[in-house]
Amino acid sequence: AALRGEWMRLQVSAALKEGHVTPTELCQRCLSLIKSTKFLNAYITVAEESALKQAEESEERYRRGQPLGVLDGIPIAVKDNFNTAGIETTCASNMLKGYISPYNATVVQKLLDQGAVLLGKTNLDEFAMGSGSTDGVFGPVRSPWSYSRQYKEKSVPKSHSEDEDSNWVITGGSSGGSAAAVSSFTCFAALGSDTGGSTRNPAAHCGVVGLKPTYGLISRHGLIPLVNSMDVPGILTRCVDDAAVVLGSLAGHDPKDSTTIQDNFKPFQLPNLTDVSKLSIGIPKEYHAPGLSSEILALWSKAADLFKNAGAKVIEVSLPHTRYSIVCYHVLCTAEVASNMARFDGLEYGHRSDINKSTESMYAATRREGFNDVVRGRILSGNYFLLKQNYENYFVKAQKVRRLIANDFAKVFGSGVDILLTPTTLSDAAPYTEFIKEDNRTRSAQDDILTQAANMAGLPAINVPTALSERGLPVGLQFIGRSFQEKQLLTVAKWFEKQVKFPMIQLEEVKRHDHGVFQHQKSASFS
Amino acid sequence: AAVRACGGAWRRTWQRGAGGPGPAPRGQHAVACNARGGAVPAGKSGLAPWVPVVGLEIHAQISSNSKLFSGSQVQFAAPPNSLVSFFDASLPGTLPVLNRRCVEAAVMTGLALNCSINKKSLFDRKHYFYADLPAGYQITQQRVPIAVNGSLSYSLCIDNKMSQMVTKTVRIKQIQLEQDSGKSLHDDTRSQTLVDLNRAGVGLMEVVMEPDMCCGEEAAAAVRELQLILQTLGSSQAVMAEGQLRVDANVSVHHPGEPYGVRTEVKNINSIRFLAKAVDYEIQRQIEELEHGGTILNETRAFDSKLGCTVPMRDKEGKQDYRFMPEPNLPPLILYDAKSLPANMNHQQVVNIDWIHERLPDLPSVKRAKLVEQYGILPEHSFTLLNEDGLAEFFENVVKQTQMKPKKVIGWIINDLLSHLKQHSLTVKESPVSSFLLADLLNLLVKKDISSTAAKQVLAELWKGEGKTPLEIVKEKKLGLIQDQKELEQICQAVIDRQENEVITMVLG
Repeated sequence: AALRGEWMRLQVSAALKEGHVTPTELCQRCLSLIKSTKFLNAYITVAEESALKQAEESEERYRRGQPLGVLDGIPIAVKDNFNTAGIETTCASNMLKGYISPYNATVVQKLLDQGAVLLGKTNLDEFAMGSGSTDGVFGPVRSPWSYSRQYKEKSVPKSHSEDEDSNWVITGGSSGGSAAAVSSFTCFAALGSDTGGSTRNPAAHCGVVGLKPTYGLISRHGLIPLVNSMDVPGILTRCVDDAAVVLGSLAGHDPKDSTTIQDNFKPFQLPNLTDVSKLSIGIPKEYHAPGLSSEILALWSKAADLFKNAGAKVIEVSLPHTRYSIVCYHVLCTAEVASNMARFDGLEYGHRSDINKSTESMYAATRREGFNDVVRGRILSGNYFLLKQNYENYFVKAQKVRRLIANDFAKVFGSGVDILLTPTTLSDAAPYTEFIKEDNRTRSAQDDILTQAANMAGLPAINVPTALSERGLPVGLQFIGRSFQEKQLLTVAKWFEKQVKFPMIQLEEVKRHDHGVFQHQKSASFS
Repeated sequence: AAVRACGGAWRRTWQRGAGGPGPAPRGQHAVACNARGGAVPAGKSGLAPWVPVVGLEIHAQISSNSKLFSGSQVQFAAPPNSLVSFFDASLPGTLPVLNRRCVEAAVMTGLALNCSINKKSLFDRKHYFYADLPAGYQITQQRVPIAVNGSLSYSLCIDNKMSQMVTKTVRIKQIQLEQDSGKSLHDDTRSQTLVDLNRAGVGLMEVVMEPDMCCGEEAAAAVRELQLILQTLGSSQAVMAEGQLRVDANVSVHHPGEPYGVRTEVKNINSIRFLAKAVDYEIQRQIEELEHGGTILNETRAFDSKLGCTVPMRDKEGKQDYRFMPEPNLPPLILYDAKSLPANMNHQQVVNIDWIHERLPDLPSVKRAKLVEQYGILPEHSFTLLNEDGLAEFFENVVKQTQMKPKKVIGWIINDLLSHLKQHSLTVKESPVSSFLLADLLNLLVKKDISSTAAKQVLAELWKGEGKTPLEIVKEKKLGLIQDQKELEQICQAVIDRQENEVITMVLG
């Protein structure tokens, strides 16, 4: 803890400002760390050349004493479903392999405009459809914690003959590459996307902060959509303060995204909360879901007690329709997927099959070759739900249920509850070999259960790393706030973060490769 | 059951034959129209007659600088794929942003067609795979369109005589905003399809007319009136030849008192004249098919303008399920009126229906009434004046600059100016004779400086566009009427002097 405090003071941004480290040095260190942690498969594309150029420009700004702000010179990574001009954007799919977008997503542009250094594009499930980061065409992402001292000490190898490598655990997903990148110190912040929990789930498994902002607060322009009505760019950082900084740099109306709110957004700094006695924390009983590990349940109660003991009002609340959210999500998600994926026909961009007997046969072959089973399966279900004869029975009903789910939250918040406290995942991360025993659909349904209701309701939610499991793996808890009340949500999350003192990952591999010289990299915060 | 009647030359009435299922109720006339004037089979064994039913779906391209949801320019006949934004090409991650001008154009059109404007309308996705539809879906307004429940009054003449005009009304079901598609160009020799996305995403207003018409001529008259309205509003240039106005006709026939027959949709109609032909052909075809014991398929047919007939379109295999769903990237379109307009709203952010209403220009029907009223011309002349772009203005300009009575001016405008322009395929704006020159000429006539015959000669000279004034031509060609008594006497004397023999003969009797 003392060590952590020290790191906190060693803020990278301040270090940059004071010249203790230059943006180029910082960028080079990150790039070399990316190389030495290549086995994690966190990055699909590393943009070494452009990153170094950006770092150089940043350095020049610091030299002139005119940095663009807190983010200037800070190395970041971006999930590979955000468009980046000049850098490949693949969505981890054959369909977009080699696709270079001519434009930057608004969030990417905003980060670049504020001087951030874009290191590369991170791995994910194909088109963000998954909860393990195991179903992309570039292979699964490995959790850095698989290689941590904490995990290795506690997880007893099943047999000595077994390959040490077979114990590695998944990152969760679909923004697993971004979570792994942040957690392995290869960048200071990363963008993910969150449709049903895709930012918070891997954040929980990788022991980092994962923020899903309110729908409409951050532009989706340039984010390759999964479910337009639920997608939100997510923010992955090592501490809550950093998440607030990145949020401040991204939030606000975008004329290119008509679903962003018109109101001006004012970036904020998080206060150090000393008194939580005026807070009312809701514990939704439905989140005591089947399959919730006893470990996490215990941690959840402990966290509730923490608030209670600090004087906050902690009350059990009910969100009765949450249990319908999985089926509801399935219908709405697949329907939008079917629609959103229709553009991938091989004509304008992306993969095009050699089969060219007719336009139709080319479409069919292109889509068969370009999409994996998961994507194709969702397209099929979605089109089924959208058929004229099914639309009322499935899509319309699912929309109604979605409204009920959202109303549940509105009622609870209307009754005076400020923040909801729930687990983020049912358990700690599964070893890859275990995880792939179930198919993607089953996995996604199980894994999104605690996170997806926030997407249905458009609410802001954050994963805060809380403790290590018995196996030495990170476990996180989720806070869900009122719409557009990010400041309150993050303030409470910051207070909680301070109380739980989540341990720093001890990465032997990284040490082995890099002699553990990276003070700055390891500082919890850059801001 | 009420049966709509077509008037005039196309009216044919069949009485139920004595051997039929029963006598026709008195006063009920079953009517079929046949624009070609030919015989419509009256039915074997004197069975009940046929009632044609025609409804129209009209796509009007919105006249705007940029497309409905993107910033790309809108321009006809630009180099292929030169007006394509990332959104138009459906690049992943792009989002639609609604063009305010297109909304205003639709509101204007809706108001001009007596529609009620929905203060809240919604956008939907309509899915189908086609090479010139890059996103795999079209954004349209399926559930709640921007305007509903309107009407369009149009006139047509009876017995093909301009002097007998009747006014009819067709109900407008709705007007919806939607995206245009791109264009596919098939190169059969190389068996290639080339796609031009310049048109992809251009704003369209789809005007859906109820099946209130019953022959090609009615359909044509209704579309012509709509075209004039759109052009008056400026909401669409509505040039059919340039695809800015595209008309699909839904046609069916049935016996009076029975439910509507199976309808076909006729597409590929690219002029108003062809619309009348296509509809009448299709009515005729359906009647003949049914008379011969056949059935009508619910199909899409294309009009072949060379052959003058409709043929089934091959491209649609069975019925398409468009799998409509709400467009999630566009919030509901909210319009305001003076009452609902929030005080603190930025003017740039809102569309105010009342504001648009107050600024609507005079519609063609109002303009015609004003012309009739102000100048005392015949109603049918007012139609002619508005039928040609700029002709009414030309007429009014001439009237302003001449002492000739408008009633007389109109004759010159229609019989001389217009027929000349038509002969030479010129528009009013291209006329070599300006309103000023024509007024000048008419003034010579009014002042009796020239005769009416001479005036026509002068006009013939003026068409050459050599820059001479009427007076110059009159002098040059010596066409002036002589009003000096002495001069006239001298001329007469000279004539008499030259014809001595004849004079003597006459004098001698």
